[in-house]
Amino acid sequence: MVEDRDSLNRRLKAARDRQGLDKPQAGQGGLPTSAWGFGLRAGVEVFSALVVGVGIGFALDRWLGTWPWLFLVFFVMGAAAGVLNIYRLFTPRDGARKD
Amino acid sequence: MAVEGKAIDALGQFELHTALGAVGKSVGFTQSNLYMLIAASLIVAMMVWGMRARAVVPGRMQSLAESAYGFIDDMVLAQIGQEGKRFFPFVFTLFMFILFGNMLGLFPYAFTYTSHITMTFTMALIVFLLITTVAIALHGKKFLGYFMPEGAPMWLAPLIIPVEIVSYLSRPISLSVRLFANMMAGHVMLKVFATFVVMVGALGAVGPFVAVLPLAINVALIGFEILVAFLQAYVFAILTCIYLHDAVHLH
Repeated sequence: MVEDRDSLNRRLKAARDRQGLDKPQAGQGGLPTSAWGFGLRAGVEVFSALVVGVGIGFALDRWLGTWPWLFLVFFVMGAAAGVLNIYRLFTPRDGARKD
Repeated sequence: MAVEGKAIDALGQFELHTALGAVGKSVGFTQSNLYMLIAASLIVAMMVWGMRARAVVPGRMQSLAESAYGFIDDMVLAQIGQEGKRFFPFVFTLFMFILFGNMLGLFPYAFTYTSHITMTFTMALIVFLLITTVAIALHGKKFLGYFMPEGAPMWLAPLIIPVEIVSYLSRPISLSVRLFANMMAGHVMLKVFATFVVMVGALGAVGPFVAVLPLAINVALIGFEILVAFLQAYVFAILTCIYLHDAVHLH
């Protein structure tokens, strides 16, 4: 009985897939995908990465007395991390859902 | 209070004052703390009172409690997987606390505790400490491999590792800034347009008619803010789930 039901579900799913009735799962794991939402998220991601980079650079410079070199290096690192964050934002992530 | 010497005071609403009279003053109990307590009691009341009936066909309060539970349960399972079950209480508490804070803040005279960066950053820091602890507890030394993606050439390591570390450390900041900025911007806009209503309304005979325009904007803004209040609580919760997924599965 259970097997019957499974096979029915399977055939049903195959038929639905053929007809394109099942919408594919949203790539971002259900995060809102409006243009505004994306824009704001991207901005916040870059901003926070820059804050962390600048913060680390400042702290290390004060500690080691190498102003401004580490600040400059980590500013670039922060910018790169911001770009990385945005890249992650746009690449579809493999969620835990595998059904 | 809103109009002081023809200037718009949009930020005064975020000032902290002590609440509960002399007792609150002596211990530094602010209205922000008061609203956190109110939100926490409302959540507990909703869950306890709602689930009291335990009816098969739920009543109003019970279906509210059940849908809140089911919503987060679905999210945790979908994002983290079966191992995510044990993080359900954490994510649920976080989500409800932020949601109630955002929503309570929309009532007149209420205070929005999620509009303070100290508050949101503390919550983001808790999330950050949790994901790091979980990752280290589950994977030990392999956690360090998180900062060096597999297959990347070795000579790029001095470049990739700092960038990955900065990216990892930026998580609590982006998490807290997003929530705080959204709530604060919304309340500033509401205040600015509300002040316009008063200022324009005082302009002689035509004033009250023109003042309808900013009033209409404020009505639309309130609807938008209700959406944002829910959406930001949702985003905070789902990003916590995504980070927990990364911590549990390590890519």
